[in-house]
Amino acid sequence: MVSVLKRSLAILSILIIGYWLAQGLAGVPFGQDKMLVGHYYLNHVKEQTGAVNAVTAIVVNYRGFDTLGEVTVLFIASTGVGALLWRKNRKRTAKTEGSVVLTTGTELLFPFIMMFGVYIFIHGHLTPGGGFPGGATIATAFLLLYLAFTVYEIPHRGFEKTEGLAGMSYVLVGLIGLWIGGYFLFDWIWQSWHWGVNNIGRLFSGGFIPVIYTIIGIKVGTELSGIVDNMLKEEVKE
Amino acid sequence: MNCFGCIEYIIVALMIISAVLAIEWRDLLAATVGMAAVSLFASILFFMLQAPDVAMTEAAIGAALSGAIVLFAVKRTQRFETEEEERPGWWVRW
Repeated sequence: MVSVLKRSLAILSILIIGYWLAQGLAGVPFGQDKMLVGHYYLNHVKEQTGAVNAVTAIVVNYRGFDTLGEVTVLFIASTGVGALLWRKNRKRTAKTEGSVVLTTGTELLFPFIMMFGVYIFIHGHLTPGGGFPGGATIATAFLLLYLAFTVYEIPHRGFEKTEGLAGMSYVLVGLIGLWIGGYFLFDWIWQSWHWGVNNIGRLFSGGFIPVIYTIIGIKVGTELSGIVDNMLKEEVKE
Repeated sequence: MNCFGCIEYIIVALMIISAVLAIEWRDLLAATVGMAAVSLFASILFFMLQAPDVAMTEAAIGAALSGAIVLFAVKRTQRFETEEEERPGWWVRW
């Protein structure tokens, strides 16, 4: 009886919220080009940021502070996984070795996957992609190593230091912008030093977008590999 | 007949089928594969809708990393789902 009441209340609330949303969206014309901010970005992205890829220019340059928040959210998620799964004595407990196909394929593919991930985040201002997909690709390379070899572990000390340094250098790039240009995450390489003005569409252009995306890619890659490592290890009782 | 459009419909249908299978399968290992398949088809669809950066992220995170993490969770707990006492009503289960 209680559950029937609960369900009818749930359905009623869904109907009310749905009606409310439909009423709100009914006045918005569908498919009309009314986005003034989008037009502004598309018309000014080359001269203001030097990036060919407008998406990464918006994410890193115009909305750089939001991206710093995203990186912080990912850091908090990784810290949460580490804190929840923390035990004193944790080791890898996998017993079955990976098959010949898996181990050989991993040995062959690992450098290429790493290179592809690095390519994605270095060319973020030119081609689709950026720091987050590049870092995730690097993390899948480490996941493959974990799946194939029973004794493999990431070098924890180096990874933790790299992650912290990457997070700090993002803030540092923003603070240098504050010092040179007057506000946090000011694009000092492009707007004050005018580096790569004749180079738009090539690798050395786009102001600080490649710098920040390299930092983000390294940070995301090490963080996601750390999450995989945390999820895989189990407590060993002596 | 232009069949580029119907490929999108086929992919959407495959996405729905694998999502339903991921819910319905009692073997959680198979359900994880179904969940990863939804992400894989979604990433193909993103690529066809001209959002290649979203497609890359979806393929790396949705299909590979989250599938692997759910797989580790299944390995640590149990492989088969037990029947719950109170089954949801017909409006949830068709």
